[in-house]
Amino acid sequence: MRPVRFALLAALVALPTLAAAQAPSASPTLTADDARHLLVRTGFAALPAEIAKFEGLSRAEAVKRILAGARAEAVTPPPAWTREVRDLRPPGRAASPEERRAWQRQRVEEGLELVGWWYREMIATPSPLTERMTLFWHNHFTSAFRKVRAPVLLYRQNATLRQHALGSFAKLVHAMAADPAMIVYLDSLQNRRGFPNENFARELLELFTLGEGQGYTEADIKEAARAFTGWSLERETASYRFRPFLHDGGEKTFMGRTGRFNGTDVIDIVLQRPRVADYIAEKAWREFVSEKPDPAATRRIAGRFRASGYDIKVLLGELLLAPQFWAPENRGRLVRSPVELIVGTLRQFDLPQPDDRILALLGRALGQEPFNPPNVKGWPGGTAWINANTLLVRQQLLRRLTAGEIPAAGRQTAEGEMEAEAPSMTPEERTRRQRALERRMARRLDGADLDAWYAKLDRRWQTPERVTALLVAVKPVNPPRPDSDPARFVRDLVLDPAFQLK
Amino acid sequence: MRRRDFLLAGPAAAAFALLSPQALAQARAAGWRADRTLVLVELAGGNDGLNTVVPYADPAYQRLRPAIAIKREAIVQLDEKLGLHPSLAALGEAWKAGEFAIVQGVGYDNPNRSHFRSIDIWDTASGSNRLLTEGWVSRVIGASRRQAERLADAVVLGGGAGPVGGAGLRAVSMPDPQRFLRQAEGMKAAEAHPANPALAHLLKVQHEIQDTARELRGVLARAPDVRGEFPPGPLGQQLRVAARLIAAKAVVPVVKVALGGFDTHANQPGPHANLLRQLGDGLAAFRKAVADAGRWGDVLVMTYSEFGRRAAQNGSNGTDHGTAAPHFVLGARAKGGLHGPAPDLADLANGDVRHAIDYRRLYAMAAQTWWGFARTGAFDGHAPLPILKA
Repeated sequence: MRPVRFALLAALVALPTLAAAQAPSASPTLTADDARHLLVRTGFAALPAEIAKFEGLSRAEAVKRILAGARAEAVTPPPAWTREVRDLRPPGRAASPEERRAWQRQRVEEGLELVGWWYREMIATPSPLTERMTLFWHNHFTSAFRKVRAPVLLYRQNATLRQHALGSFAKLVHAMAADPAMIVYLDSLQNRRGFPNENFARELLELFTLGEGQGYTEADIKEAARAFTGWSLERETASYRFRPFLHDGGEKTFMGRTGRFNGTDVIDIVLQRPRVADYIAEKAWREFVSEKPDPAATRRIAGRFRASGYDIKVLLGELLLAPQFWAPENRGRLVRSPVELIVGTLRQFDLPQPDDRILALLGRALGQEPFNPPNVKGWPGGTAWINANTLLVRQQLLRRLTAGEIPAAGRQTAEGEMEAEAPSMTPEERTRRQRALERRMARRLDGADLDAWYAKLDRRWQTPERVTALLVAVKPVNPPRPDSDPARFVRDLVLDPAFQLK
Repeated sequence: MRRRDFLLAGPAAAAFALLSPQALAQARAAGWRADRTLVLVELAGGNDGLNTVVPYADPAYQRLRPAIAIKREAIVQLDEKLGLHPSLAALGEAWKAGEFAIVQGVGYDNPNRSHFRSIDIWDTASGSNRLLTEGWVSRVIGASRRQAERLADAVVLGGGAGPVGGAGLRAVSMPDPQRFLRQAEGMKAAEAHPANPALAHLLKVQHEIQDTARELRGVLARAPDVRGEFPPGPLGQQLRVAARLIAAKAVVPVVKVALGGFDTHANQPGPHANLLRQLGDGLAAFRKAVADAGRWGDVLVMTYSEFGRRAAQNGSNGTDHGTAAPHFVLGARAKGGLHGPAPDLADLANGDVRHAIDYRRLYAMAAQTWWGFARTGAFDGHAPLPILKA
């Protein structure tokens, strides 16, 4: 079945589902705590003004409002170079070592700028859910700077992920198969008639659609790889190109069917497997609801998702209206990812965004560099975000961000401390960079003026209980003394382990 | 006796207690020797094996490397065919003592030439086409019962967590122990054991940091410094800290150090000689310092690197990414000498030295022969390389 027909189905199925959930009995109205939970779980932070907008709505109304805000484009203008036609070929033999270095350096600078741009978007966006889903798909259809090397391709992939972030999963899979960054990352460039490279075909089945060992064979992978031969790239313009001469047009037998399949056919065949919706629903459950998917609930949700023709809004609507999403025993039980912690804290306290290099270094120290997942499986997430090293850096970051205004004199720039990222970083460099990060964090991170922040809060949040409920999802491990001054009280909350949870 | 009691009893008592008969008995009861330390030395970037252990008598060696071959008269001779790079001369003492094993031709099938992918393969002990995400040491030790008297399961002094990465292990990265202590001091103690699994995990990690910090303070108090001529540079510094931890009788199964810069594509001879000098002088100083503290018998040193380099030099007086290479194993229990066949330069595979020994046989040696783990499934059936004395 073609994706186009899925879309029609989607419209038909989505309506009754949301309507059913609007029945008053199934849908109590949101308290401030409920609104906070919904906002933090679908975004990065919950600001009092946002909470006020959601309080008193029914769950269905609240979820509908969140989904209605979904965007297909970023509000933050991307760096100018993303609009240029780019030649991916490195400088030729005639180039001098200086020219090569300059070329390399430009890519590194652009990579840093890209990271900074995405953070700006995550902070500025009117639809945090769009960015959370873009990040979710980035961690699903992974591609990494360390292999792709060309920031412009990663930018375009990011734009494609955002375009489909809350659209059709079927279209997203098709788009990713022809995405230039993906074509480099999973070696489709090397996948030629007579010399198949199985990398993309394997991950398509193992990671992108079905899950490891779920109803496909090694022979299916081999045949799928043949079907994708010729899906290539034009280096001169950094764009997708199908090369018929490299394509194996012969007959293939894939998942029990035989025909002269190409890659599009293979994806369509895979998407007919019911397992696809189950697999995606389980992964989304772990992202938004809890670490342990409820099998009965995910099967039901997957059924609706599949019947909708893979409408991601239907999937999310079902997840966010599941009783398990709202259950008290599931609140505050997920670990905030490094990006969520950074963006959430900056948004919560209205702090200026640190410079791009600090963000890139922080990502590395905390274990989540946007545009650079560790391998094709992506970041494992969950409690794996927290180990002895990352917890120390998290605490150090939060101490800096709540340390109060830093005198301007102590904030001189430290250019030269950080050089561009080399293709392979040596351990000494890593150590040196870690130290440089600490120095820069000390000098260049603006700490919140917590007294001023507290004074500006709406009156009703200005009690120890309410400000605690605003900032943390569970009871603090070391509750601050209620008689401490507001700045101290807030700082202790931020430094409490409870602040790491959502 | 609980660890806190040792600390109350003062540094001297603690030093004794850390390797007390009880601790040893516990370690043995757990089925493996957690009191033995494996020092992993990462040579990041891909060390050039042919200019490290040099087949100086082979005419093909000179032919393949007209500009970068090591001069025959400078070689530190091991036998009539092979010799060490002159920068490694300081290891001669360990060689003569029969404590320096050189394992030749270490590699794996279907080698990958990407730095990132190949070091992932080495770090996780995976086959070339298999993607594993947990470090090999984590997979071996992670399953065993934790003991409170350990400083940590692993201390990373240089480079990334690599072989000790993953959730299973209590690995602490501290390029600078003093800084680690300062950071750890900022954490509040918490004794709660909540039902919330995410919070429980956070508090568990926080406890581990505090335990390690407490232990480390004791260790640093007991062993203010070690003697020895450690070479200047990052590796020398890391090895000095490693020697200090071990001399203070800290129980730590893995210490990882790293030296980068081995990716010598251009003008290799000078930089490579400098790197090998740091390695040779550093390991020689480390051996002496640890032996002076009476702990050399509890330590095994092992080098690794993502790949070797091509047999022929390239057009820039350097070498490009290759495959198999020799690796070093040092320790009082190492069987000194050459192991595995010398590289056959007349039988190259596509310009590369063929590998003779799968790298996982070294890991299996460390896991089973050194630490005494039962045969594990972690190494895809690769048997321990018999290079330790009984």
